Amino acid sequence: MASASEGQQHPVKLYLQVWGWLFVFSFMSYLVDYNDLQGVWRWTLVLMFMMIKAALIVIFFMHMFWERLSLVYAILLPPLCLLVLVGFLAIEGEYITLLRDLYLGR
Amino acid sequence: MANHASTERPQTREGAWQSLVDDWSSDRQAFKVSWGKAMMWIFLLSDTFVFSLLLIGYMAVRLTTPQPWPDTSEVFALTVLGHEFPLLLIAIMTFILITSSGTMAMAVNFGYARNRRMAALFILFTAILGASFVGLQAYEWTDLIQKGVRPWENPMGAPQFGSAFFMITGFHGLHVSIGVLYLLIVARKVLRGDYDRSGSYEPVEIAGLYWHFVDLVWVFIFAFFYLL
Repeated sequence: MASASEGQQHPVKLYLQVWGWLFVFSFMSYLVDYNDLQGVWRWTLVLMFMMIKAALIVIFFMHMFWERLSLVYAILLPPLCLLVLVGFLAIEGEYITLLRDLYLGR
Repeated sequence: MANHASTERPQTREGAWQSLVDDWSSDRQAFKVSWGKAMMWIFLLSDTFVFSLLLIGYMAVRLTTPQPWPDTSEVFALTVLGHEFPLLLIAIMTFILITSSGTMAMAVNFGYARNRRMAALFILFTAILGASFVGLQAYEWTDLIQKGVRPWENPMGAPQFGSAFFMITGFHGLHVSIGVLYLLIVARKVLRGDYDRSGSYEPVEIAGLYWHFVDLVWVFIFAFFYLL
């Protein structure tokens, strides 16, 4: 990169494109709610747009695309542990609901 | 000596501690970025965990509450010209925050291009957008408080909605507010020419990392709390 000594400097056009896409995906996730989609479609679309937006921000706005791999892995891998916690609490949540159904009759 | 020293454990307790200190203090560097940027990334990583715990806690209480969860698209609807738009307030806040991320990216670019005035202008613009986001959030809080929502109760259903709402949006709003202050400080330094003198506009990029992170967290809050 020609501007390596001057830090992260990239074409303005790229930033504007990323910005535009963020608008498009936010608007599309708003449309999911506006059209009152429910069930699997709602979950799939909302989570997909969320992941795309998060990826665009981290990769381009936060410059992860141009950083060295040692930094990229040190930052992006640890949050994956959180999926374990999500799994535990999802199982626990089902269990508590089951207990309430059994003993409290809800 | 150097060869098999590495395979033998130090015999004395003192030797073991000495080896620990030596290993951590011998000017070795894993991340080939400035310490300021590395520290900001490590802070953001820890902040990721804090926000994730709040969101996962929200998931846990929402899964287990026996009472109905309020419909967020109705709760945060706005009526414009006689037509009720679901979740409009939150959509506007989302667009404001995304716009501010774009202006911040431009500020970083102008900084590295040594355009002092434009960099400061875009940082100030970002700060104004951030402040208006906090303003809308204050409006949102006032609205819900007037509807009787409290961290411990909620007339629309599950009381956990109140605690999750105030905790998650409050913690995020605090981040935006601190970010606005941070940006104002950086803008002042840019205008004063501090970074021309120090020779590096990297502090603007580091402030940008923080600001984009706040936007990133909002992407998740928008999806999990408001849309799902």
